[in-house]
Amino acid sequence: MWKWLHPYAQPERAYNLAGSLFPWFAILATLLITIGTVWGLGFAPVDYQQGNSYRIIFLHVPAASMSMSAYMAMAVCAFIGLVWQIKLADMAAAAIAPIGAVLTAVALLTGAAWGKPMWGTWWVWDARLTSELVLLFLYLGVIALYASFEDKVMAAKAAGILAIVGVINLPIIKYSVDWWNTLHQPNAITVGKSNNMPPEMLIPLLCNIFGFAMMIGALSILRFRAEVLARNSMRPWVRALVAKENNA
Amino acid sequence: MRQVSYFHAFSIVLKRDLQIAFRHRGDIFNPLMFFVMVVTLFPLGIGPEPNTLTRIAPGIIWVAALLSAMLSLERLFKSDFADGSLEQMMLSPQPLALLALAKVLAHWLVTGLPLILIAPLLAVMLHLDSGAYGALMATLLVGTPTLSLIGAIGVALTVGLPKGGVLLSLLILPLYIPVLIFATGAIDAASMNLNFGGHLAILAAILIGALVVAPVAISASLRVSTN
Amino acid sequence: MNLTFQFASLAEFFDMGGYAFYVWLSYGSAVIAIGGLIIHSARKRKSVLAQIAQKQEREARLRQHRSQTQ
Repeated sequence: MWKWLHPYAQPERAYNLAGSLFPWFAILATLLITIGTVWGLGFAPVDYQQGNSYRIIFLHVPAASMSMSAYMAMAVCAFIGLVWQIKLADMAAAAIAPIGAVLTAVALLTGAAWGKPMWGTWWVWDARLTSELVLLFLYLGVIALYASFEDKVMAAKAAGILAIVGVINLPIIKYSVDWWNTLHQPNAITVGKSNNMPPEMLIPLLCNIFGFAMMIGALSILRFRAEVLARNSMRPWVRALVAKENNA
Repeated sequence: MRQVSYFHAFSIVLKRDLQIAFRHRGDIFNPLMFFVMVVTLFPLGIGPEPNTLTRIAPGIIWVAALLSAMLSLERLFKSDFADGSLEQMMLSPQPLALLALAKVLAHWLVTGLPLILIAPLLAVMLHLDSGAYGALMATLLVGTPTLSLIGAIGVALTVGLPKGGVLLSLLILPLYIPVLIFATGAIDAASMNLNFGGHLAILAAILIGALVVAPVAISASLRVSTN
Repeated sequence: MNLTFQFASLAEFFDMGGYAFYVWLSYGSAVIAIGGLIIHSARKRKSVLAQIAQKQEREARLRQHRSQTQ
């Protein structure tokens, strides 16, 4: 059933496929994030309780939810790399890690900047904030572990195991507002249920969420291609490509 | 025969150490992450109650800084000892104390400075009293070079030993205690809106004393331990 | 769906109903962080290409040197 996927285990074909997909992700990301941010900042109605400070939601929620998605993607890639020994999956995991870490940091920073006017404090040690901080540590640990090995094959194995073990944190983050008494409010939107958000607020939020997802895709492709080139620098197709790039 | 001036030798060793540190970015990054994680552990272990955290925040940050400084000190002489460049430094016509000072300065720039920069963030997470931030930064600025200097003496003594790590902590943690006491005293005084200048002055005096004495002690220790 | 610009003037937009500091701190830090990530990713690609080119040149020089000395 998966035979059609097999040729893409070749680095060159994966590199070219990623290259042809990159413009789509980049354009969609730019478009969606621009629409979502401009709409959210200027055109979404003012919140009754929180005034204009709630507009941080259009950055905070996409960053937080995408930080978790990126981690899941990284862990899945690491799993594939470990089980089926596909090196491209390892390279993809290494590519996603820094992007996820930056998104987690943005989620924490925007959350703190939102918390100060809303709760009166920049930080509180409740379940959701702490588990998101742990996610940031996990990302940084994966990045550091991968960087500390000279041999990237071993590095990917070690970092992959760490990434997979850390997946346990994701359900903790997601359900922390349900399982514990937290200062952080319950989930703003849920897939499948009807939401209380008016459409003027919901649509820019969804735009930004999907826009961030596309951005993760675009940036992952960019870093993935660089990683493929770096690790396959001996191959003739890489050499030809580099010669062409430098003569162009 | 070209005479290499003291300043020139100092800056060469400083530049070299900075270059090596930037090529092994993990050496900068890992102690910093250790610092952040140790500080994070305390609220999780002691409980998130803000009043409790506010009282113990100076102590937590400073103890974490001590431990992180110690962790990062181990790489100060290790690789140079392993590949023989330490011996070359000891045989050079410039005083070893000067070259050791250059290495310690490089070490502080690469580990102490990031610590100082990230401390306010950690202070926010520990709900540190808002009047105490100035004292926190001042004590860290004056205290972390002292930690590097005094710690380097210990590292110099244990450089030849294969398992010097834990022994290193036994040697230098007692020497760190005065710095810890005066630094946390300063921050506590600041959070009660008292003048912390006296504490800071003593910390500065310790720093200047260390600046004068430590390089000589480091070079003597190096010559002893790399017999 | 009613879509109007929610602020009376640009000055009010920047003020964000008094929450200017927090809103612009969030958006500003997000722009800096994500912008930095984009720039870093683009530069990484360039530096990888440059490194491979350097390696190629070095190997070409070595081969030339060896063929000359033999």
